[in-house]
Amino acid sequence: MPAWLSYRPEDFLLFSERAYWRLFELSNQAVWPLQIATLLLATAILVAILRPTPWSDRAIAALMAVAWIWVGLRFLGLYYGDINWMATYAIPLFVAEGLLLAWFGFVRNRTRFAVHCQVPCLLGLTLFACALALHPVFAVAAGRSLSSAEVIGIAPDPTAIATLGLLCLVRQGRLAWLLLFVPLLWCLVSTTTLLTMGAAEGWVTLTAVILALAARLWPRGA
Amino acid sequence: MSIERRTLVKGAVFGLASAAALPKLGLAQEGSGTTRRIPSSGEAIPAVGLGTWITFNVGNDPVLRKESAAVMAAFFEAGGGMIDSSPMYGSSQPVVGFGLERLGYPETLFSADKVWTQSGENGPDQIEQSRRYWGVPKFDLLQVHNLLGWESHLGTLFDMKAAGTLRYVGITTSHGRRHDLFEEIMRAQPLDFVQLTYNIADREAERRLLPLARERGMAVIVNRPFQRGALVDRLEGKPLPPWAGEIGITSWAQFLLKFILSHPAVTTAIPATSRVDHVLENKRAAEGAIPDAALRKRMAEYVREL
Repeated sequence: MPAWLSYRPEDFLLFSERAYWRLFELSNQAVWPLQIATLLLATAILVAILRPTPWSDRAIAALMAVAWIWVGLRFLGLYYGDINWMATYAIPLFVAEGLLLAWFGFVRNRTRFAVHCQVPCLLGLTLFACALALHPVFAVAAGRSLSSAEVIGIAPDPTAIATLGLLCLVRQGRLAWLLLFVPLLWCLVSTTTLLTMGAAEGWVTLTAVILALAARLWPRGA
Repeated sequence: MSIERRTLVKGAVFGLASAAALPKLGLAQEGSGTTRRIPSSGEAIPAVGLGTWITFNVGNDPVLRKESAAVMAAFFEAGGGMIDSSPMYGSSQPVVGFGLERLGYPETLFSADKVWTQSGENGPDQIEQSRRYWGVPKFDLLQVHNLLGWESHLGTLFDMKAAGTLRYVGITTSHGRRHDLFEEIMRAQPLDFVQLTYNIADREAERRLLPLARERGMAVIVNRPFQRGALVDRLEGKPLPPWAGEIGITSWAQFLLKFILSHPAVTTAIPATSRVDHVLENKRAAEGAIPDAALRKRMAEYVREL
């Protein structure tokens, strides 16, 4: 058997589950109470989707662009990269996703986050709402402290899941697929990491990927 | 601290009890004791070292760094020995350096690290960076990690040894990978150490590599003694054999380590842990009598039948 076939996901897991969750605790402590601001901004995004204004699409894209670049540079660069050198390779992808959102959504105003369909939009809104409100409480549900909660705009997984939800709403298929690439890839990588660690949160990121793909592939009316 | 000392004393008592049991069970006459000799130099090093894979990769977390330093403190209090790390292990090297600085660089440290880069040109810079992370003047042992770029790195390491900036040279593999090439290098190169995976469930090394190490006078470092905890997890809750106590074994971790250390080619095992009590328990596995071939067979059969 070739040596490379003998590798398994656990061979690439460089850290313990405890060290991983402690990253969120340290990251949260360093920016508190910014979490309140990011949660409020994410709530404002949800309101803007349901009650759109002429500037809401640009504002949503701009906020998500900033979130991707900030999470990539700060969390991956300053925290996760310390225990997982592989995470540093994701930083350019996070920055690229932020730049793509800024370019297509803010500068060219080509992303329409509108509730124009039934099943795909329902799935999209559900994903966004879960990333906003449910993801932070998974820490407590798993028996960890609330201080290690993963908050949208601070931690990568809820930011990626929220983006998947938003992109379910976008009508333009090719643009949506282009913007979906990084959040889908990140969620799959995170799923592998979390499930290899034995963390149930891995099923959340995997479910988000499946729902986002289902929503994008769901037939939409003209 | 007093609890740890009590535990050590208890271990010593077990060691004496084991010696008394020698005639009753089939035990090795030689190789017992907590130290082993490096064949190429005759230098004695503790049979139980400390790995840093995963457990010491805690980044800049001040709480977890202090816990790692406490593990190292217990390790040195129980005799010290080899600490093994690699540039591949994330932040493990700086965390080892943090612990060593806090502990005042104990004399019983045997520093073992690796070079892990495909490019031979990058090897010296990586080695120097590793040395800075540890904060030591020079490494006792440097190994080519998983044979990556081995041809160029071995040249560098042998040059360092000749220049007196390194004491020992080795190569590593794990998970039973690339044993053919490993054997080829062992036959061709004057290595001091080889590091490989060996435990009661992964015994492939017994076929060629361990006998070859003896034949070539190479010290053997055993990694993954517990299959990254999976072996201990699998055996937890199952009864130790009734005769385990007679050779000083009080836990499955000790049972598994004693099996490894009882192979005549093995010099040191490097279990990784983030717990002080586990360090002390691991250290005690080297105390007392060492099983002979017949008892090793019995140990393996017992585990297989569970």
